[in-house]
Parts: sequence; structure tokens; C-alpha cells
Amino acid sequence: MDKKVGIIGYGSYIPRNRIKVEEIAKIWGADAPSYKRGLMLREKSVPAPDQDTITLSVEATKNALKRCNIDPKDIGAIYIGSESHPYAVKPSGTIVAEAIGAVPAIHSADFEFACKAGSEGMFVAHGLVKAGLIKYGLGIGADTSQGAPGDALEYSASAGAASFIFADHELLAEIEFTYSYMTDTPDFWRREHQFYPQHAGRFTGEPAYFKHILGAAEGILKQSGTKPEDFKYVVFHQPNGKFPMRVGKMLGFKKEQIETGWLVPTLGNTYSGSSPLGLTAVLDVAEPGDRILMVSYGSGAGSDAFIFSCTDLLPAAQNKAKLTRDYLDKHQRYIDYGTYSKFRKKIIKNN
Amino acid sequence: MGITARNWREYPQRYRMEAAKCNKCGKIFFPPRLVCNECGNREFEQVKLAGEGKLKTFTVIRVAPSNFIDEQPYAVGIVELTDGVSTLMQITDCDPDELSIGMRVKIEFRKVQTEGDAGILMYGYKAVPLRE
Repeated sequence: MDKKVGIIGYGSYIPRNRIKVEEIAKIWGADAPSYKRGLMLREKSVPAPDQDTITLSVEATKNALKRCNIDPKDIGAIYIGSESHPYAVKPSGTIVAEAIGAVPAIHSADFEFACKAGSEGMFVAHGLVKAGLIKYGLGIGADTSQGAPGDALEYSASAGAASFIFADHELLAEIEFTYSYMTDTPDFWRREHQFYPQHAGRFTGEPAYFKHILGAAEGILKQSGTKPEDFKYVVFHQPNGKFPMRVGKMLGFKKEQIETGWLVPTLGNTYSGSSPLGLTAVLDVAEPGDRILMVSYGSGAGSDAFIFSCTDLLPAAQNKAKLTRDYLDKHQRYIDYGTYSKFRKKIIKNN
Repeated sequence: MGITARNWREYPQRYRMEAAKCNKCGKIFFPPRLVCNECGNREFEQVKLAGEGKLKTFTVIRVAPSNFIDEQPYAVGIVELTDGVSTLMQITDCDPDELSIGMRVKIEFRKVQTEGDAGILMYGYKAVPLRE
């Protein structure tokens, strides 16, 4: 099967609300400089009360549709990966498909695999196009991430969405290779009916994030016969600022290859949207011929790796929708912890 | 249960802002009508309203209905879309004090209200000040 499949449209969405590490740290008596240094993170995005995984997905997909000339009714599958699907039982995908006008001839499933759910959606949507079962496939990574009050995760858990439409023609970036790496590793989880996830502290590092990212990255480099220097850009899952920089160095990538898609210092960890959003920031500035390696990571645990090759059609599409860095760096609204608590429904009201 | 079915029936307008354009005189109706009140024609073309417009007028709600108390104060206004259609909607993601008549806005898909703690989530369009 040598059909070329890749991205025909992509889009992102990041809420404008931000909270700084200092604002969270002062509530919990924590040392903000230590957290900022330890996480390499200064602030994070916060969803407005009327935003959730579904609304973020719709807006990101509207941007993806602006970058390609397709009829939404031709989209044959929609897969949304998230840890924060608004309903426990009722799909997010049906609402997003209805909102973009892609119903009723469409397959849908909501994916969950901690922070890897978005890249799973991308993997399956692209696979169905490659198999010839559908004309266009939509893969979305979106989250309004949860972090328990006072927990280290509260400093990073943020919100955002990235949407990708896959096709076998008019590609902005071709997918040259994919590789997945997975084991059963309980580093982070959330049980049924629990508001916030639990994590195993330092166990989330070496046997979890690093083992799986390295496994997937080394696997796809070997499969494709490529070396770090063959890539203009690389995007890793970004639970904090340090981990992607460290894993990149371990693999032999340079800081300059990582920085373009390294959004976490001012975005936070958008969970399922994390590496997909980094990819959108890279696609916003990449040039024809540039090669991009993306490696996601989801606790539990696994990584999906993709090698993209940008085409001549990419530059003309970039400015047809709002750029990811514009969402990230312009018109932010900084909120205090009280407003954050209200927005994130952390205040108990007996009414 | 009534609100679930009613909300579902209004998806084309709430989710996609689908309107009806009179095939004879071109007048656009949102929500759609069966008979054109301009020329009496009964045939319409389905059109999607524009995603941007300007704020014609607005008011600030400071004492909200129970479902919206957490959002007060918030603004509700009439937006004239670039295709000439004016319609009422909530203006979100802003401090009401920053709003002014004539301000450019864009349309975003947002959660409009929820049916208590266990009922359905109702989504639709809202205006957001254009900050580009």
C-alpha cells in the first residue's frame, strides 16, 4: 500500500485565560521560583466557564476546515481524544460532527489514553484514509485538563485543542511513517467518579515518559532509516518544560529543533492536545521539504510517533486560519486564583 | 425532558447558524420561516450565516436567572453579521466594560447552559470581541 496520506487541513484553539505559577503557589504556600525552575513553566491556559473539550474541538476544527477546501459532509470519521470528555456517557464526537456539518454519514468514537488519546485519533483517522475506507478522516486532541488543588499537576494542567483532517490528496504534510510503543505502566490514572487524576510521582519519569518516548522515537528512526539531523523540527509530549528538552537531548536532537513546537512554558500541559498543538505551531512556520518528528506520550502507558514531510501546498494554507502562536502569545487575560477556582468549579456550592 | 427535545430540534440554528434565504426576493430569515413576510414566497435556500459582525447594541445582565448566576455580570447584545442579518446572542470572554457599540465580534461555539448537574449540556453560538 504506497498511497500517500497526510494532513490536508489543521487547526488549533487555545483559550485566552491564563494563570501564573506565582498565583497558584501563593495559595498553597509553595515556592513559585522552585516550581518555575523545576517545571520550566511560567503560566498555563485556563478554559472559560463556557468552554470544554467539545467547544475547543469545534473551534480547532473550524480552523482546520479554513485551511482546506473540502465539504465537511465528506469527512468519514471523527475521533476525539481527551481526558475530559464532558459526558461520561454520550459522545463528544457527535456534537462536534453536528456542529461542523459532517453528519450523518460518518463514523465516530471518543478515545481515552491519558495524554496520548489525541495522537490515537490521528493515527486511526489517517489509517482509515490509507485503507481507502473513507475520503477524509478527522483526528482531534483536546482537553480541559484536571489537576488536584495543591498538587504539582495544578501548576501545569491546561486547556487547548488541535484538529487534523487527513486525506490522500492536496496534502500539506505527508505522513511518511508511524510507529507505536506501549506497555502496561501505571504511572498516572483517574478512577471512575474521581475529579482528579493520581500519579506515581517520580515513577512518571524514567519507566514511563522517557522509556516510551525513547522506545517510539528510536523505533521510528530505525524503521525509517533516519537520524535526528534529518529533521527540521521535533515535537514531544510536553507535561512540563524539562521532559521534552531532556528526552530530545537523549535522542540527539538540538534545542533549535525542539523550540518551535515547545509551547509548554506559557501554555501548560494540554494533556491530549499537548504534542498535537506543538505540531500545529510547527506546521504554521514549516517550509516545503521540512521533515517533522512528533512523539506523543500517554500514561498507562504508550507513545505514538509520526514522521511528516511538508509539501509545496503548506505555505499557502498557513495564514488561512489563526496561528497557534497568536492564540498563545496575544490577548491573554490573566486571572487570580479565586476566578480560576470559580471557572474550574473548585468551589463547593450547596444549592 | 422537554428541553432536551427542543434543544435538539434547534441544532441547525444553534450549532451551525443555518438560515433560510427567500428564493424570490433574497431576504434571509433566522430562524427559518415557512412563508416570506416580504413577498409571500414559500421556497427558500438554506444558507449559513457569517461568522463575524459588529455589535449593534447590548445590555449587561447583573441579576441573572439561576442557570447563569455564575456568569454574572455578562452581556447580551444584537450582533449585525457581515451578511446583514442581525440576531441576539450572549457576548462572552470579555469584561462587559470593554464592550462598545460598533465593536467587531466573531462567532464562537460555546456552552450556553446546562440542565442542572445531571441533565444535558446545551451548546450554541456566542459573540466574542475580535482582538486581531
